[in-house]
Amino acid sequence: MANESRRQQSRGAKSGRSPWREQAESYLSHHHKVARDSARRLWQSPLASMMTWTVMGVALALPVALMLLLASLEGVSAGWESSARVTAYLGDSVSIDEAQALKATVTDDSRVAEVELIDRDTALEEFRASSGLEDALDYLDENPLPHTLLVTPSESSRTADGVEMLLTVVEGLDGVERVQVDLGWLQRLNAMTDLLGRAVWALAMLLAAAVVLVIGNTVRLAIENRRDEILVAKLVGGTDAFVRRPFLYTGAWFGLGGGIVALILLQLSLWWLSGPVERLAGLYRSEFSLNGLSLDGALALIIAAMLLGWLGAWLAVKRHLDDIEPGEIAGG
Amino acid sequence: MIEFRQVTKRYGSDHTALRQVNFGLERGELVFLTGHSGAGKSTLLKLIMVMERPSAGEVIVGGQVLNTLPRRQVPYIRRHIGVVFQNHQLLFDRTVFDNVAMPLEVMGTPARDIGRRVRAALDKVGLLSKEKMNPLQLSGGEQQRVGIARAVVNKPPVLLADEPTGNLDPDLSADIMRLFAEFSQVGVTVLIASHDIALINDLGRRTLTLDHGRLTAGVGAAGSWHG
Ligand SMILES: Nc1ncnc2c1ncn2[C@@H]1O[C@H](COP(=O)(O)OP(=O)(O)OP(=O)(O)O)[C@@H](O)[C@H]1O
Ligand SMILES: [Mg+2]
Repeated sequence: MANESRRQQSRGAKSGRSPWREQAESYLSHHHKVARDSARRLWQSPLASMMTWTVMGVALALPVALMLLLASLEGVSAGWESSARVTAYLGDSVSIDEAQALKATVTDDSRVAEVELIDRDTALEEFRASSGLEDALDYLDENPLPHTLLVTPSESSRTADGVEMLLTVVEGLDGVERVQVDLGWLQRLNAMTDLLGRAVWALAMLLAAAVVLVIGNTVRLAIENRRDEILVAKLVGGTDAFVRRPFLYTGAWFGLGGGIVALILLQLSLWWLSGPVERLAGLYRSEFSLNGLSLDGALALIIAAMLLGWLGAWLAVKRHLDDIEPGEIAGG
Repeated sequence: MIEFRQVTKRYGSDHTALRQVNFGLERGELVFLTGHSGAGKSTLLKLIMVMERPSAGEVIVGGQVLNTLPRRQVPYIRRHIGVVFQNHQLLFDRTVFDNVAMPLEVMGTPARDIGRRVRAALDKVGLLSKEKMNPLQLSGGEQQRVGIARAVVNKPPVLLADEPTGNLDPDLSADIMRLFAEFSQVGVTVLIASHDIALINDLGRRTLTLDHGRLTAGVGAAGSWHG
Protein backbone atom coordinates (compact mmCIF):
# COMPACT_ATOMS: atom_id res chain seq x y z
CA MET A 1 0.00 0.00 0.00
CA ALA A 2 2.84 2.35 0.86
CA ASN A 3 4.31 1.78 -2.56
CA GLU A 4 1.01 2.62 -4.11
CA SER A 5 0.68 5.88 -2.31
CA ARG A 6 4.19 6.86 -3.32
CA ARG A 7 3.32 6.03 -6.87
CA GLN A 8 0.28 8.23 -6.68
CA GLN A 9 2.26 11.05 -5.22
CA SER A 10 4.75 10.82 -8.03
CA ARG A 11 1.85 11.01 -10.45
CA GLY A 12 0.84 14.22 -8.73
CA ALA A 13 4.38 15.52 -8.81
CA LYS A 14 4.56 14.79 -12.51
CA SER A 15 1.60 16.99 -13.31
CA GLY A 16 2.98 19.66 -10.97
CA ARG A 17 6.31 19.67 -12.76
CA SER A 18 4.80 20.69 -16.10
CA PRO A 19 5.53 24.40 -16.35
CA TRP A 20 2.94 26.61 -14.73
CA ARG A 21 2.81 28.62 -17.90
CA GLU A 22 1.39 25.67 -19.76
CA GLN A 23 -1.11 25.06 -16.95
CA ALA A 24 -2.21 28.68 -17.08
CA GLU A 25 -2.54 28.59 -20.84
CA SER A 26 -4.62 25.48 -20.70
CA TYR A 27 -6.78 27.03 -17.97
CA LEU A 28 -7.33 30.16 -20.03
CA SER A 29 -8.07 28.24 -23.18
CA HIS A 30 -10.57 26.18 -21.21
CA HIS A 31 -12.29 29.38 -20.02
CA HIS A 32 -12.27 30.65 -23.57
CA LYS A 33 -13.83 27.44 -24.82
CA VAL A 34 -16.49 27.34 -22.12
CA ALA A 35 -17.37 31.00 -22.67
CA ARG A 36 -17.70 30.49 -26.42
CA ASP A 37 -19.67 27.31 -25.96
CA SER A 38 -22.13 28.97 -23.55
CA ALA A 39 -22.64 31.85 -25.96
CA ARG A 40 -23.19 29.43 -28.83
CA ARG A 41 -25.85 27.59 -26.84
CA LEU A 42 -27.75 30.86 -26.34
CA TRP A 43 -27.61 31.54 -30.07
CA GLN A 44 -28.90 28.07 -30.80
CA SER A 45 -32.23 28.85 -29.13
CA PRO A 46 -32.61 32.43 -30.33
CA LEU A 47 -36.27 32.84 -29.45
CA ALA A 48 -35.93 31.74 -25.84
CA SER A 49 -32.75 33.75 -25.40
CA MET A 50 -34.30 36.82 -26.99
CA MET A 51 -37.24 36.61 -24.61
CA THR A 52 -34.97 36.43 -21.59
CA TRP A 53 -32.89 39.30 -22.92
CA THR A 54 -36.01 41.40 -23.47
CA VAL A 55 -37.40 40.74 -20.02
CA MET A 56 -34.05 41.66 -18.57
CA GLY A 57 -33.71 44.67 -20.86
CA VAL A 58 -37.09 46.10 -19.81
CA ALA A 59 -36.38 45.48 -16.14
CA LEU A 60 -33.04 47.28 -16.43
CA ALA A 61 -34.17 50.10 -18.73
CA LEU A 62 -37.04 51.20 -16.49
CA PRO A 63 -35.07 52.28 -13.41
CA VAL A 64 -32.25 53.68 -15.53
CA ALA A 65 -34.74 55.77 -17.51
CA LEU A 66 -36.23 57.10 -14.27
CA MET A 67 -32.78 57.91 -12.94
CA LEU A 68 -31.96 59.84 -16.09
CA LEU A 69 -35.23 61.74 -15.84
CA LEU A 70 -34.50 62.54 -12.23
CA ALA A 71 -31.02 63.76 -13.06
CA SER A 72 -32.55 66.07 -15.65
CA LEU A 73 -35.10 67.35 -13.11
CA GLU A 74 -32.36 68.08 -10.60
CA GLY A 75 -30.65 70.12 -13.27
CA VAL A 76 -33.84 72.14 -13.62
CA SER A 77 -34.27 72.81 -9.93
CA ALA A 78 -30.64 73.93 -9.78
CA GLY A 79 -31.43 76.40 -12.56
CA TRP A 80 -34.39 77.81 -10.68
CA GLU A 81 -32.61 78.05 -7.39
CA SER A 82 -30.17 80.53 -8.86
CA SER A 83 -33.01 82.79 -9.93
CA ALA A 84 -34.83 82.73 -6.59
CA ARG A 85 -35.71 86.19 -5.32
CA VAL A 86 -37.19 87.39 -2.08
CA THR A 87 -40.02 89.88 -2.38
CA ALA A 88 -40.56 92.13 0.70
CA TYR A 89 -43.82 94.12 0.90
CA LEU A 90 -43.45 97.14 3.16
CA GLY A 91 -46.12 98.45 5.48
CA ASP A 92 -48.72 100.99 4.17
CA SER A 93 -47.41 103.65 6.49
CA VAL A 94 -43.82 103.38 5.30
CA SER A 95 -42.86 106.47 3.32
CA ILE A 96 -40.73 106.41 0.21
CA ASP A 97 -37.73 107.84 2.18
CA GLU A 98 -38.00 105.13 4.79
CA ALA A 99 -38.22 102.60 1.99
CA GLN A 100 -34.99 103.99 0.49
CA ALA A 101 -33.32 103.63 3.90
CA LEU A 102 -34.52 100.05 4.20
CA LYS A 103 -33.18 99.32 0.76
CA ALA A 104 -29.76 100.64 1.82
CA THR A 105 -29.82 98.48 4.98
CA VAL A 106 -30.64 95.34 3.06
CA THR A 107 -28.08 96.05 0.38
CA ASP A 108 -25.39 96.19 3.06
CA ASP A 109 -26.05 92.57 4.00
CA SER A 110 -23.34 90.30 2.59
CA ARG A 111 -25.86 87.66 1.66
CA VAL A 112 -27.53 90.06 -0.72
CA ALA A 113 -26.37 90.68 -4.26
CA GLU A 114 -28.85 93.33 -5.33
CA VAL A 115 -31.95 95.13 -4.10
CA GLU A 116 -34.50 96.83 -6.30
CA LEU A 117 -37.10 99.20 -4.87
CA ILE A 118 -40.45 99.35 -6.62
CA ASP A 119 -42.46 102.26 -5.24
CA ARG A 120 -46.19 101.94 -4.94
CA ASP A 121 -47.01 104.14 -7.94
CA THR A 122 -44.81 102.19 -10.29
CA ALA A 123 -46.25 99.01 -8.90
CA LEU A 124 -49.76 100.20 -9.65
CA GLU A 125 -48.82 101.16 -13.17
CA GLU A 126 -47.35 97.76 -13.78
CA PHE A 127 -50.32 96.08 -12.29
CA ARG A 128 -52.68 98.16 -14.35
CA ALA A 129 -50.81 97.28 -17.52
CA SER A 130 -50.51 93.57 -16.87
CA SER A 131 -53.80 92.71 -15.17
CA GLY A 132 -56.29 94.20 -17.63
CA LEU A 133 -58.28 95.57 -14.70
CA GLU A 134 -57.71 99.24 -15.63
CA ASP A 135 -61.39 100.20 -15.32
CA ALA A 136 -61.84 98.52 -12.01
CA LEU A 137 -58.69 100.14 -10.63
CA ASP A 138 -60.04 103.57 -11.58
CA TYR A 139 -62.79 103.14 -9.01
CA LEU A 140 -60.27 102.91 -6.17
CA ASP A 141 -59.75 106.11 -4.17
CA GLU A 142 -56.20 105.39 -3.29
CA ASN A 143 -53.37 103.11 -4.31
CA PRO A 144 -53.77 99.80 -2.38
CA LEU A 145 -50.27 98.64 -3.20
CA PRO A 146 -47.30 99.03 -0.80
CA HIS A 147 -43.68 99.81 -1.65
CA THR A 148 -41.84 96.65 -2.51
CA LEU A 149 -38.20 95.49 -2.26
CA LEU A 150 -36.97 92.82 -4.65
CA VAL A 151 -33.96 91.13 -3.01
CA THR A 152 -31.63 88.96 -5.05
CA PRO A 153 -29.47 86.69 -2.88
CA SER A 154 -25.74 86.68 -3.41
CA GLU A 155 -24.17 83.74 -5.21
CA SER A 156 -23.32 81.83 -2.05
CA SER A 157 -26.81 82.14 -0.62
CA ARG A 158 -28.61 80.75 -3.62
CA THR A 159 -29.48 77.50 -1.96
CA ALA A 160 -32.76 76.50 -0.39
CA ASP A 161 -31.26 77.01 3.09
CA GLY A 162 -29.51 80.24 2.19
CA VAL A 163 -32.65 81.77 0.77
CA GLU A 164 -34.60 80.74 3.85
CA MET A 165 -32.03 82.47 6.11
CA LEU A 166 -32.26 85.65 4.11
CA LEU A 167 -36.02 85.44 4.28
CA THR A 168 -36.08 85.47 8.09
CA VAL A 169 -33.59 88.33 8.23
CA VAL A 170 -35.63 90.51 5.87
CA GLU A 171 -38.86 89.58 7.59
CA GLY A 172 -37.43 90.81 10.91
CA LEU A 173 -36.73 94.29 9.62
CA ASP A 174 -38.85 97.21 10.84
CA GLY A 175 -41.30 98.33 8.22
CA VAL A 176 -41.42 95.05 6.38
CA GLU A 177 -44.93 93.76 6.50
CA ARG A 178 -44.73 90.53 4.58
CA VAL A 179 -42.13 88.61 2.62
CA GLN A 180 -42.65 86.14 -0.10
CA VAL A 181 -40.43 83.85 -2.12
CA ASP A 182 -40.83 81.01 -4.53
CA LEU A 183 -38.94 79.00 -1.99
CA GLY A 184 -41.96 76.87 -1.08
CA TRP A 185 -42.13 75.77 -4.65
CA LEU A 186 -38.40 75.15 -4.70
CA GLN A 187 -38.51 73.09 -1.58
CA ARG A 188 -41.37 71.06 -2.96
CA LEU A 189 -39.38 70.28 -6.05
CA ASN A 190 -36.35 69.40 -3.97
CA ALA A 191 -38.33 67.20 -1.64
CA MET A 192 -40.01 65.63 -4.59
CA THR A 193 -36.83 64.78 -6.46
CA ASP A 194 -35.46 63.45 -3.18
CA LEU A 195 -38.47 61.23 -2.66
CA LEU A 196 -38.52 60.20 -6.31
CA GLY A 197 -34.84 59.39 -6.08
CA ARG A 198 -35.48 57.02 -3.21
CA ALA A 199 -38.47 55.48 -4.94
CA VAL A 200 -36.40 54.90 -8.07
CA TRP A 201 -33.66 53.24 -6.05
CA ALA A 202 -36.19 51.00 -4.34
CA LEU A 203 -37.67 50.14 -7.72
CA ALA A 204 -34.20 49.48 -9.10
CA MET A 205 -33.47 47.10 -6.23
CA LEU A 206 -36.74 45.24 -6.76
CA LEU A 207 -36.18 44.94 -10.48
CA ALA A 208 -32.58 43.83 -9.94
CA ALA A 209 -33.89 41.09 -7.66
CA ALA A 210 -36.42 40.17 -10.35
CA VAL A 211 -33.63 39.99 -12.93
CA VAL A 212 -31.59 37.73 -10.66
CA LEU A 213 -34.59 35.44 -10.18
CA VAL A 214 -35.43 35.33 -13.88
CA ILE A 215 -31.85 34.41 -14.77
CA GLY A 216 -31.74 31.97 -11.89
CA ASN A 217 -34.80 30.20 -13.19
CA THR A 218 -33.54 30.16 -16.77
CA VAL A 219 -30.24 28.73 -15.65
CA ARG A 220 -32.05 26.16 -13.54
CA LEU A 221 -33.74 24.92 -16.72
CA ALA A 222 -30.37 24.84 -18.48
CA ILE A 223 -29.01 22.74 -15.62
CA GLU A 224 -31.91 20.30 -15.96
CA ASN A 225 -31.26 20.04 -19.70
CA ARG A 226 -27.61 19.23 -19.19
CA ARG A 227 -28.06 16.87 -16.30
CA ASP A 228 -26.34 13.92 -18.01
CA GLU A 229 -23.36 16.02 -18.88
CA ILE A 230 -23.06 17.22 -15.29
CA LEU A 231 -23.28 13.66 -13.99
CA VAL A 232 -20.54 12.46 -16.30
CA ALA A 233 -18.33 15.45 -15.53
CA LYS A 234 -18.64 14.73 -11.82
CA LEU A 235 -18.09 11.03 -12.41
CA VAL A 236 -14.77 11.57 -14.16
CA GLY A 237 -13.53 13.96 -11.51
CA GLY A 238 -14.79 17.38 -12.54
CA THR A 239 -14.58 19.82 -9.63
CA ASP A 240 -17.57 21.89 -8.60
CA ALA A 241 -15.91 24.91 -10.18
CA PHE A 242 -15.52 23.06 -13.47
CA VAL A 243 -19.14 21.99 -13.50
CA ARG A 244 -20.43 25.44 -12.55
CA ARG A 245 -18.37 27.39 -15.05
CA PRO A 246 -20.54 26.97 -18.18
CA PHE A 247 -23.63 28.04 -16.26
CA LEU A 248 -21.96 31.09 -14.76
CA TYR A 249 -20.93 32.11 -18.26
CA THR A 250 -24.49 31.50 -19.44
CA GLY A 251 -25.71 33.89 -16.74
CA ALA A 252 -23.18 36.52 -17.72
CA TRP A 253 -24.14 36.25 -21.40
CA PHE A 254 -27.80 36.62 -20.50
CA GLY A 255 -26.74 39.74 -18.60
CA LEU A 256 -24.80 41.09 -21.57
CA GLY A 257 -27.77 40.59 -23.90
CA GLY A 258 -30.14 42.13 -21.35
CA GLY A 259 -27.85 45.13 -20.91
CA ILE A 260 -27.68 45.71 -24.65
CA VAL A 261 -31.46 45.45 -25.01
CA ALA A 262 -31.81 47.95 -22.15
CA LEU A 263 -29.46 50.38 -23.91
CA ILE A 264 -31.42 50.05 -27.14
CA LEU A 265 -34.72 50.63 -25.33
CA LEU A 266 -33.31 53.70 -23.58
CA GLN A 267 -31.96 55.14 -26.79
CA LEU A 268 -35.25 54.53 -28.60
CA SER A 269 -37.37 56.19 -25.91
CA LEU A 270 -34.98 59.11 -25.70
CA TRP A 271 -35.22 59.62 -29.42
CA TRP A 272 -38.99 59.29 -29.28
CA LEU A 273 -39.37 61.76 -26.39
CA SER A 274 -36.74 64.32 -27.28
CA GLY A 275 -38.94 66.27 -29.76
CA PRO A 276 -41.90 66.81 -27.42
CA VAL A 277 -39.63 67.52 -24.45
CA GLU A 278 -37.80 70.23 -26.32
CA ARG A 279 -41.07 71.85 -27.34
CA LEU A 280 -42.39 71.70 -23.77
CA ALA A 281 -39.16 73.09 -22.34
CA GLY A 282 -39.28 75.83 -24.95
CA LEU A 283 -42.79 76.81 -23.84
CA TYR A 284 -41.63 77.15 -20.24
CA ARG A 285 -38.38 78.84 -21.24
CA SER A 286 -36.69 76.15 -19.22
CA GLU A 287 -33.20 74.77 -19.73
CA PHE A 288 -34.70 71.33 -19.18
CA SER A 289 -33.27 68.71 -21.49
CA LEU A 290 -33.36 64.91 -21.41
CA ASN A 291 -29.89 63.46 -21.30
CA GLY A 292 -29.07 59.97 -22.46
CA LEU A 293 -26.48 57.67 -20.90
CA SER A 294 -22.87 58.66 -21.28
CA LEU A 295 -20.40 56.10 -22.59
CA ASP A 296 -19.29 55.40 -19.01
CA GLY A 297 -22.90 55.01 -17.95
CA ALA A 298 -23.62 52.59 -20.78
CA LEU A 299 -20.57 50.56 -19.86
CA ALA A 300 -21.57 50.54 -16.19
CA LEU A 301 -25.08 49.41 -17.14
CA ILE A 302 -23.72 46.50 -19.16
CA ILE A 303 -21.29 45.47 -16.45
CA ALA A 304 -24.03 45.68 -13.81
CA ALA A 305 -26.30 43.58 -16.04
CA MET A 306 -23.61 40.94 -16.49
CA LEU A 307 -22.97 40.85 -12.76
CA LEU A 308 -26.69 40.40 -12.08
CA GLY A 309 -26.85 37.58 -14.63
CA TRP A 310 -23.81 35.97 -13.10
CA LEU A 311 -25.32 36.29 -9.63
CA GLY A 312 -28.60 34.72 -10.77
CA ALA A 313 -26.71 31.84 -12.36
CA TRP A 314 -24.60 31.44 -9.25
CA LEU A 315 -27.70 31.15 -7.05
CA ALA A 316 -29.24 28.56 -9.38
CA VAL A 317 -26.00 26.62 -9.54
CA LYS A 318 -25.54 26.71 -5.79
CA ARG A 319 -29.09 25.54 -5.28
CA HIS A 320 -29.43 22.85 -7.97
CA LEU A 321 -26.01 21.73 -9.15
CA ASP A 322 -24.62 20.46 -5.89
CA ASP A 323 -27.67 18.19 -5.63
CA ILE A 324 -26.69 16.31 -8.76
CA GLU A 325 -24.48 13.48 -7.60
CA PRO A 326 -23.34 10.70 -9.88
CA GLY A 327 -24.42 8.06 -7.34
CA GLU A 328 -27.71 7.78 -9.16
CA ILE A 329 -26.21 6.78 -12.51
CA ALA A 330 -24.32 3.85 -11.04
CA GLY A 331 -27.68 2.17 -10.87
CA GLY A 332 -28.44 -1.21 -9.30
CA MET B 1 -4.29 -0.43 -4.01
CA ILE B 2 -7.78 -0.87 -2.63
CA GLU B 3 -8.50 -1.97 0.91
CA PHE B 4 -11.75 -2.42 2.83
CA ARG B 5 -11.54 -2.71 6.62
CA GLN B 6 -14.68 -3.85 8.43
CA VAL B 7 -16.80 -1.79 6.06
CA THR B 8 -20.51 -1.61 6.81
CA LYS B 9 -22.95 0.39 4.72
CA ARG B 10 -26.47 1.03 5.88
CA TYR B 11 -29.14 2.78 3.84
CA GLY B 12 -31.55 4.47 6.19
CA SER B 13 -31.80 2.96 9.64
CA ASP B 14 -32.93 -0.57 8.80
CA HIS B 15 -31.41 -1.66 5.50
CA THR B 16 -27.83 -2.93 5.57
CA ALA B 17 -26.29 -3.26 2.09
CA LEU B 18 -22.76 -4.27 3.24
CA ARG B 19 -21.76 -5.94 6.51
CA GLN B 20 -18.22 -5.85 7.85
CA VAL B 21 -16.56 -6.34 4.50
CA ASN B 22 -12.81 -7.00 4.56
CA PHE B 23 -10.59 -7.43 1.53
CA GLY B 24 -7.63 -5.98 -0.30
CA LEU B 25 -6.62 -5.66 -3.95
CA GLU B 26 -3.05 -5.42 -5.15
CA ARG B 27 -1.75 -3.31 -7.96
CA GLY B 28 -2.26 -5.01 -11.32
CA GLU B 29 -4.82 -7.49 -9.98
CA LEU B 30 -7.95 -8.29 -11.94
CA VAL B 31 -10.73 -9.38 -9.59
CA PHE B 32 -14.40 -10.20 -10.10
CA LEU B 33 -17.18 -9.26 -7.75
CA THR B 34 -20.28 -11.44 -7.88
CA GLY B 35 -23.41 -12.09 -5.89
CA HIS B 36 -27.16 -12.19 -6.29
CA SER B 37 -29.10 -9.13 -7.25
CA GLY B 38 -29.17 -6.77 -4.30
CA ALA B 39 -26.14 -8.40 -2.69
CA GLY B 40 -24.34 -5.05 -2.54
CA LYS B 41 -21.99 -5.15 -5.54
CA SER B 42 -22.82 -1.68 -6.85
CA THR B 43 -22.76 -0.32 -3.33
CA LEU B 44 -19.23 -1.59 -2.88
CA LEU B 45 -18.09 0.10 -6.08
CA LYS B 46 -19.81 3.34 -5.07
CA LEU B 47 -17.88 3.36 -1.83
CA ILE B 48 -14.62 3.25 -3.80
CA MET B 49 -15.84 6.13 -6.00
CA VAL B 50 -16.90 8.11 -2.91
CA MET B 51 -20.41 8.26 -4.31
CA GLU B 52 -21.41 6.85 -0.96
CA ARG B 53 -19.67 6.95 2.40
CA PRO B 54 -19.38 3.88 4.66
CA SER B 55 -21.48 3.77 7.83
CA ALA B 56 -18.60 2.08 9.64
CA GLY B 57 -15.12 0.83 8.80
CA GLU B 58 -12.52 2.23 6.45
CA VAL B 59 -12.19 2.37 2.69
CA ILE B 60 -8.62 3.00 1.55
CA VAL B 61 -7.66 3.69 -2.06
CA GLY B 62 -4.05 4.30 -3.03
CA GLY B 63 -3.15 4.83 0.62
CA GLN B 64 -5.85 7.48 1.10
CA VAL B 65 -8.49 6.84 3.74
CA LEU B 66 -11.65 7.96 1.97
CA ASN B 67 -13.97 8.13 5.01
CA THR B 68 -12.79 11.51 6.14
CA LEU B 69 -12.01 12.94 2.71
CA PRO B 70 -13.50 16.43 2.45
CA ARG B 71 -16.11 16.87 -0.28
CA ARG B 72 -13.98 19.17 -2.39
CA GLN B 73 -11.19 16.55 -2.52
CA VAL B 74 -13.50 13.91 -3.98
CA PRO B 75 -13.01 14.94 -7.66
CA TYR B 76 -9.25 14.46 -7.34
CA ILE B 77 -9.72 10.89 -6.09
CA ARG B 78 -12.09 10.17 -8.96
CA ARG B 79 -9.44 11.23 -11.45
CA HIS B 80 -7.43 8.21 -10.32
CA ILE B 81 -10.33 5.82 -10.82
CA GLY B 82 -11.77 4.88 -14.18
CA VAL B 83 -15.35 3.57 -14.20
CA VAL B 84 -17.44 1.66 -16.71
CA PHE B 85 -21.15 1.07 -16.24
CA GLN B 86 -23.55 -1.20 -18.01
CA ASN B 87 -25.45 1.87 -19.00
CA HIS B 88 -22.29 3.44 -20.26
CA GLN B 89 -23.30 7.08 -19.74
CA LEU B 90 -22.05 8.42 -23.04
CA LEU B 91 -23.23 11.86 -24.06
CA PHE B 92 -25.08 11.93 -27.35
CA ASP B 93 -24.67 15.65 -27.99
CA ARG B 94 -21.00 15.24 -28.91
CA THR B 95 -18.65 13.03 -30.85
CA VAL B 96 -16.94 9.87 -29.66
CA PHE B 97 -13.73 11.88 -29.42
CA ASP B 98 -15.29 14.51 -27.16
CA ASN B 99 -16.83 11.82 -24.95
CA VAL B 100 -13.49 10.17 -24.42
CA ALA B 101 -11.79 13.52 -23.86
CA MET B 102 -13.95 14.47 -20.85
CA PRO B 103 -11.69 13.10 -18.09
CA LEU B 104 -8.77 14.99 -19.61
CA GLU B 105 -10.77 18.18 -19.91
CA VAL B 106 -11.79 18.23 -16.28
CA MET B 107 -8.09 17.88 -15.41
CA GLY B 108 -7.16 20.85 -17.60
CA THR B 109 -4.93 18.83 -19.90
CA PRO B 110 -3.44 20.97 -22.71
CA ALA B 111 -5.28 20.56 -26.01
CA ARG B 112 -2.52 18.84 -27.97
CA ASP B 113 -2.02 16.22 -25.25
CA ILE B 114 -5.77 15.61 -25.28
CA GLY B 115 -5.71 14.70 -28.98
CA ARG B 116 -2.81 12.34 -28.57
CA ARG B 117 -4.14 10.55 -25.50
CA VAL B 118 -7.74 10.25 -26.74
CA ARG B 119 -6.51 8.64 -29.96
CA ALA B 120 -4.29 6.29 -27.99
CA ALA B 121 -7.27 5.20 -25.86
CA LEU B 122 -9.55 4.79 -28.90
CA ASP B 123 -6.86 2.80 -30.65
CA LYS B 124 -6.64 0.53 -27.64
CA VAL B 125 -10.35 -0.34 -27.90
CA GLY B 126 -10.21 -0.55 -31.70
CA LEU B 127 -12.37 2.48 -32.46
CA LEU B 128 -9.84 4.95 -33.79
CA SER B 129 -11.67 5.17 -37.10
CA LYS B 130 -14.91 6.25 -35.40
CA GLU B 131 -13.66 9.20 -33.38
CA LYS B 132 -15.76 11.72 -35.31
CA MET B 133 -19.01 9.77 -35.08
CA ASN B 134 -21.83 10.33 -32.65
CA PRO B 135 -22.10 7.49 -30.09
CA LEU B 136 -25.69 6.96 -31.26
CA GLN B 137 -24.33 5.71 -34.57
CA LEU B 138 -22.39 2.93 -32.83
CA SER B 139 -23.51 -0.56 -31.85
CA GLY B 140 -23.99 -1.53 -28.19
CA GLY B 141 -20.61 -3.21 -28.01
CA GLU B 142 -18.90 -0.25 -29.62
CA GLN B 143 -20.59 2.16 -27.21
CA GLN B 144 -19.40 0.03 -24.34
CA ARG B 145 -15.86 0.23 -25.69
CA VAL B 146 -16.10 4.00 -25.97
CA GLY B 147 -17.07 3.95 -22.29
CA ILE B 148 -13.96 1.91 -21.55
CA ALA B 149 -11.77 4.25 -23.58
CA ARG B 150 -13.13 7.13 -21.53
CA ALA B 151 -12.43 5.25 -18.31
CA VAL B 152 -8.78 4.62 -19.16
CA VAL B 153 -7.88 7.73 -21.17
CA ASN B 154 -6.12 9.41 -18.25
CA LYS B 155 -4.34 6.17 -17.27
CA PRO B 156 -5.95 5.71 -13.86
CA PRO B 157 -4.32 3.21 -11.50
CA VAL B 158 -7.76 1.75 -10.70
CA LEU B 159 -10.49 0.62 -13.08
CA LEU B 160 -13.97 -0.29 -11.84
CA ALA B 161 -16.67 -1.87 -13.98
CA ASP B 162 -20.30 -2.52 -13.03
CA GLU B 163 -21.90 -5.14 -15.30
CA PRO B 164 -19.75 -4.07 -18.24
CA THR B 165 -20.97 -6.96 -20.37
CA GLY B 166 -24.56 -6.81 -19.18
CA ASN B 167 -26.35 -7.00 -22.50
CA LEU B 168 -23.61 -7.98 -24.90
CA ASP B 169 -23.30 -11.28 -26.72
CA PRO B 170 -20.65 -13.78 -25.49
CA ASP B 171 -18.10 -12.92 -28.16
CA LEU B 172 -18.26 -9.23 -27.39
CA SER B 173 -18.14 -9.95 -23.68
CA ALA B 174 -15.01 -12.01 -24.13
CA ASP B 175 -13.47 -9.17 -26.17
CA ILE B 176 -14.15 -6.72 -23.42
CA MET B 177 -12.79 -9.02 -20.74
CA ARG B 178 -9.62 -9.38 -22.81
CA LEU B 179 -9.31 -5.60 -22.79
CA PHE B 180 -9.61 -5.50 -19.01
CA ALA B 181 -6.99 -8.23 -18.71
CA GLU B 182 -4.62 -6.13 -20.82
CA PHE B 183 -5.05 -3.18 -18.53
CA SER B 184 -4.31 -5.27 -15.48
CA GLN B 185 -1.14 -6.51 -17.16
CA VAL B 186 0.19 -2.96 -17.33
CA GLY B 187 -0.42 -2.49 -13.61
CA VAL B 188 -4.00 -1.25 -13.43
CA THR B 189 -6.05 -2.69 -10.58
CA VAL B 190 -9.30 -3.88 -12.15
CA LEU B 191 -12.47 -4.74 -10.22
CA ILE B 192 -15.42 -6.04 -12.24
CA ALA B 193 -18.89 -6.55 -10.78
CA SER B 194 -20.75 -9.13 -12.83
CA HIS B 195 -23.52 -11.73 -12.83
CA ASP B 196 -21.97 -13.62 -15.68
CA ILE B 197 -20.74 -16.67 -13.76
CA ALA B 198 -19.84 -18.62 -16.91
CA LEU B 199 -17.57 -15.87 -18.15
CA ILE B 200 -15.96 -15.46 -14.74
CA ASN B 201 -15.29 -19.18 -14.39
CA ASP B 202 -13.76 -19.22 -17.88
CA LEU B 203 -11.22 -16.65 -16.90
CA GLY B 204 -10.32 -18.32 -13.61
CA ARG B 205 -9.53 -15.14 -11.75
CA ARG B 206 -9.85 -14.30 -8.10
CA THR B 207 -13.53 -13.70 -7.31
CA LEU B 208 -15.12 -11.86 -4.41
CA THR B 209 -18.61 -13.15 -3.67
CA LEU B 210 -21.19 -11.12 -1.80
CA ASP B 211 -24.23 -12.64 -0.13
CA HIS B 212 -26.68 -10.24 1.47
CA GLY B 213 -23.89 -7.78 2.07
CA ARG B 214 -21.42 -10.31 3.48
CA LEU B 215 -18.26 -11.28 1.70
CA THR B 216 -18.36 -15.10 1.55
CA ALA B 217 -15.50 -15.94 -0.82
CA GLY B 218 -12.35 -14.51 -2.33
CA VAL B 219 -11.19 -12.55 0.69
CA GLY B 220 -7.63 -13.79 0.81
CA ALA B 221 -7.24 -15.34 -2.61
CA ALA B 222 -4.31 -13.16 -3.51
CA GLY B 223 -2.83 -13.89 -0.14
CA SER B 224 -0.45 -11.01 0.27
CA TRP B 225 -2.76 -8.02 0.62
CA HIS B 226 -2.48 -7.71 4.40
CA GLY B 227 1.30 -7.37 4.30
N1 LIG C 1 -29.57 4.66 -2.57
C1 LIG C 1 -30.10 3.59 -1.93
N2 LIG C 1 -31.00 3.78 -0.95
C2 LIG C 1 -31.51 2.73 -0.28
N3 LIG C 1 -31.19 1.45 -0.52
C3 LIG C 1 -30.29 1.21 -1.48
C4 LIG C 1 -29.70 2.26 -2.24
N4 LIG C 1 -28.84 1.72 -3.12
C5 LIG C 1 -28.90 0.39 -2.93
N5 LIG C 1 -29.78 0.08 -1.95
C6 LIG C 1 -30.06 -1.27 -1.46
O1 LIG C 1 -28.86 -1.88 -1.10
C7 LIG C 1 -28.84 -3.23 -1.53
C8 LIG C 1 -27.64 -3.51 -2.39
O2 LIG C 1 -27.79 -2.78 -3.58
P1 LIG C 1 -26.74 -2.87 -4.76
O3 LIG C 1 -27.17 -1.93 -5.79
O4 LIG C 1 -25.40 -2.71 -4.22
O5 LIG C 1 -26.97 -4.36 -5.28
P2 LIG C 1 -26.25 -5.11 -6.46
O6 LIG C 1 -25.49 -6.21 -5.85
O7 LIG C 1 -25.53 -4.15 -7.29
O8 LIG C 1 -27.50 -5.67 -7.26
P3 LIG C 1 -27.66 -5.90 -8.83
O9 LIG C 1 -26.92 -7.13 -9.16
O10 LIG C 1 -29.12 -6.06 -9.00
O11 LIG C 1 -27.12 -4.70 -9.49
C9 LIG C 1 -30.15 -3.49 -2.25
O12 LIG C 1 -31.01 -4.19 -1.39
C10 LIG C 1 -30.69 -2.11 -2.54
O13 LIG C 1 -32.09 -2.10 -2.41
MG1 LIG D 1 -25.64 -3.42 -9.24
